[in-house]
Amino acid sequence: MKAKIIITPKKAVLDPQGKTVQSALEHMGYAGVAGVHVGKYVEIDLAPGTDRAAAQQAINEACHRFLSNPVIEDYKLEIE
Amino acid sequence: MNFAVLQFPASNCDQDAVHAMRVLGHSARLVWHKDSSLGDADAVIVPGGFSYGDYLRCGAIARFSPVMQAVKQFADNGGLVIGICNGFQVLCEAHLLPGALIRNRSLQFRCEHVFLKTVAHDSPFTSQIPAGKLLRVPIAHGEGCYFADADTLAQMKANRQILWQYCNAQGDVTDDANPNGALEGIAGVCNERRNVAGLMPHPERACEPLLGSTDGRLIFESMIHALGQKPAALAA
Repeated sequence: MKAKIIITPKKAVLDPQGKTVQSALEHMGYAGVAGVHVGKYVEIDLAPGTDRAAAQQAINEACHRFLSNPVIEDYKLEIE
Repeated sequence: MNFAVLQFPASNCDQDAVHAMRVLGHSARLVWHKDSSLGDADAVIVPGGFSYGDYLRCGAIARFSPVMQAVKQFADNGGLVIGICNGFQVLCEAHLLPGALIRNRSLQFRCEHVFLKTVAHDSPFTSQIPAGKLLRVPIAHGEGCYFADADTLAQMKANRQILWQYCNAQGDVTDDANPNGALEGIAGVCNERRNVAGLMPHPERACEPLLGSTDGRLIFESMIHALGQKPAALAA
């Protein structure tokens, strides 16, 4: 089982990386790019036999406390 | 006065901070991040650098160091804490200061001298800065763009928590004078209680004429004044 966490900058926060990538895509001729947001991906391998619900709760807490900064970032957690 | 200067793995302005305090005629010692006590410190400096390699986010890992528990306790008891550059990032991550610091708008690491305008003189970090005096101090950072949401910013303004803004040589806060895209040109802030402050520029690198500016002294002299002792004369 793995926990997969995608962390992205909040919409209100400046995202110069996203803007630069967007501009590069446009220069390369990729049309229709309305916005790019560059974030992070964290993958956590869970030990065999881990309780899914307990892991969901614990990792959700870790996402809020540590893996993301709620002042500037949003996150999406999936366990699969 | 005794200054405790924290030392995390990959702190790199810790020795500069110790040196600057000694130049000011005070004592300073390094406190390792695994220590859980600050000893008899009168004030704490969280120095610049790249604690824990800036992994995950700047300051995110340092925040959970044992020494930061002691710093939180020290701040809760009203002790003076100043975070410089990476130290500012650590204090924001630790929720001792509002807001966060993100990647510079230019995506470039900026290393240059800037001017700072002091916005609020009524703090232990700014009280000895003469009205109208601009501070010329160096910056050296890649992630110094200050951000806080609209509600937090409004609250900070109401409490006069914005201490310094980047400005030009005339003292005007302009977009051109903003080296990193910080919200409203914010270079440094304090907490609501006014005993914890952070700033991206490096006042410890501007304490001796040899280094091109002594304006940084005014910030430490303000702290020393607040701690009830006049700064000693510049050594040598």
